[in-house]
Amino acid sequence: MSNYLLAWIVLIPFVSSVILGISYLYSIKVKKISNKFFTFLALLAPMSSFVLGVGFFFGLKNGVSEYLYEPYTWLGVDNYIINMGFLGDKLSIFMVLFITFIGSMIHIYAAGYMKEDEGYGKFFAYFNLFVASMLLLVLANSPLIMFIGWEGVGLCSYLLIGFYFSEPLNVVAGNKAFIANRVGDFGFLVGILFLFVYVGKLGFSYGALEEYVGIVPNHILVIIGVSLFIGAMGKSAQIPLYVWLPDAMAGPTPVSALIHAATMVTAGVYMVARFHFIYDLIPSVGVFIAYIGAFSALYAAIIAMRQTDIKKILAYSTISQLGYMFIAVGLGAYSSGLFHVFTHAFFKALLFMGAGAIIIALHHEQNIFKMGGLRKRLPLIYIVMLVANLAISGIPPFAGFFSKDEILLKAYEHQEYLIYGIGLFTAALTSYYMFRFFFVTFEGKNYISKNLEPISASMKIPLVILAIGATFSGFVGLPEVFGGTNMIHQWLSNWSVDSTHVENFKEIVLMGISVAAGLIGIAVAYVKFFKYDFNQDIKESGIIYNKFYIDELIDFLIIRRVRQISVFVSVVVDDGIIDKTVMLLSSGFINLGRRVGRMQSANTRAYAFFMLIGLSSFSLYLIFKLG
Amino acid sequence: MEVSFMSYILLAIILFSMGIIGVISRKNIFIVYMSLELMLNSINLMLVTLSKHFGNMDGQIMAMMVIAIAAAEAAIFLSLIVALYKLKHSINIDDYNTLKQKGTL
Repeated sequence: MSNYLLAWIVLIPFVSSVILGISYLYSIKVKKISNKFFTFLALLAPMSSFVLGVGFFFGLKNGVSEYLYEPYTWLGVDNYIINMGFLGDKLSIFMVLFITFIGSMIHIYAAGYMKEDEGYGKFFAYFNLFVASMLLLVLANSPLIMFIGWEGVGLCSYLLIGFYFSEPLNVVAGNKAFIANRVGDFGFLVGILFLFVYVGKLGFSYGALEEYVGIVPNHILVIIGVSLFIGAMGKSAQIPLYVWLPDAMAGPTPVSALIHAATMVTAGVYMVARFHFIYDLIPSVGVFIAYIGAFSALYAAIIAMRQTDIKKILAYSTISQLGYMFIAVGLGAYSSGLFHVFTHAFFKALLFMGAGAIIIALHHEQNIFKMGGLRKRLPLIYIVMLVANLAISGIPPFAGFFSKDEILLKAYEHQEYLIYGIGLFTAALTSYYMFRFFFVTFEGKNYISKNLEPISASMKIPLVILAIGATFSGFVGLPEVFGGTNMIHQWLSNWSVDSTHVENFKEIVLMGISVAAGLIGIAVAYVKFFKYDFNQDIKESGIIYNKFYIDELIDFLIIRRVRQISVFVSVVVDDGIIDKTVMLLSSGFINLGRRVGRMQSANTRAYAFFMLIGLSSFSLYLIFKLG
Repeated sequence: MEVSFMSYILLAIILFSMGIIGVISRKNIFIVYMSLELMLNSINLMLVTLSKHFGNMDGQIMAMMVIAIAAAEAAIFLSLIVALYKLKHSINIDDYNTLKQKGTL
């Protein structure tokens, strides 16, 4: 593979997005273009990128250590030089493969999901712009280029959350996501700037940073590590910046599947893995990250237990699963975290797409307690959702089991027993709330007599493909205790740290425990919700249902304070002080002018008198001064 | 009878003051013009007196020039008065107030 093709992985979706955008404008302003044209153009892009990604994958497999393509200098000030560069190493190609694969699937799905929508072309223009930004994020060879992609995906997320912008709530949700992400981005930027100040003049590509990171003093490194992680908190929705993700579900379901579940939110995990050379030097920050991850996982799982909106449940489960990933990367087990990113992308995209299919079938009903008895009526969706639920619950042999169990194992091996305990407990909660949703939706007796909307083939095919992926993708990381070779660890060998392995027997026991936790959760959900008849409305109150009142707390502590400050600045400072001063000055000039103007009375004799006074005083001055 | 140097100066000052008072206080444009001429001639008188006193002819040359120019100036001034009269139908200088500020700012 030639190096320059790396750039085309990013450029194809970008060019496609631009063409889609222009033709969409043409379509609405001049002459209607058929949806087939948009579909063709939109689907072509991620698939072509996927093919290129596969090419690079085989190149790396056959012994090329990395591909690097630096077409031009993007910024050059004196000897600070930033090249526009694309780096195709094992980590980034790994990310490219699953982003473009899942992206292609969701593009196909979206072609069915959005087919009635007026903004069909616009949707795919944004979608491909997102894919391009995400690929730029993972293929960048320096933090600054990564930041372009980082902001690009944030922008697309904002645009797509507010896609149905005629509903004011959706616009608010989009703003919320953007602002929460800005807070995170600020941290990220601070981290990058610190790095630039300390090692920038020696080069700013990842290679150079890795080589010279040793010259940064340790306490500065801690600041850099924490700042970068704040960026990850924002993008990957960890405590305390997670608030935007549940609201982000206002966007169309394919958006939730691609951006807010499978790809963009894992950018934080990727970023920590990408900067592993920094985090390896500051293990204390790593433990901090792991704890944030653990608490986010537990916290989101608790909230998800009481939610009634199908997409909100999935949103909180996303936060929870992202928490697992951060446990892994925080403890230095980057490859385990990325393994979970990989399997999670399959089953979470599947869950969202299945949920989207249900929502479409039920005419945009999102409350699970208004669903029920869908097993017989949507058998295909039933099967794929069962697969996805078993995968996220960590039941072998589905994909989630291998990756989640590996993370728990790593926590145990690092003797972080608290994290291990939280992780285990969260696993039980996860299977409980997922199967709660599952039983209520498919088995519950709250039968809806409405006619179901038919689901098109373009929505079904990706569901089946992803269901196969969610079943088998775990086997690429088969634990060695089962006699397999963990291909993920082999592939990402630079990103896996050898730690003390527990004995095989203990590993089996731990696996048994985590499977048991999952099964307990399912059992509890079964007892409570299987065949449950919801004649009475579900109680919609309580601290958990209200998400611990965090939104209200933020509103009270931050938003209202900021508003008060704004009002203070606007009323007291601006109106009271600045405006008054300016008005006083200007009215002073007006009065002065009026007074001076009165001298211009057009009275010739007065002028003559003034002249006389002037001349006489000047003469007197001359006489006394010179005489 | 010897007329002293100081009395010429005094006469010039008196004539000049009369001219100023005429310019400032009178409304008839002809009187104003005549007062101006009076001031001019008081200055001429002063120049000639000082020239004689210091034995230097420069002042007298200057006075001759002033008289010549005042003659030319009189022609222009009188034609301007005619033009003004055509415009305003008045020889009261208080009526020549086209540049006056109208209203408040």
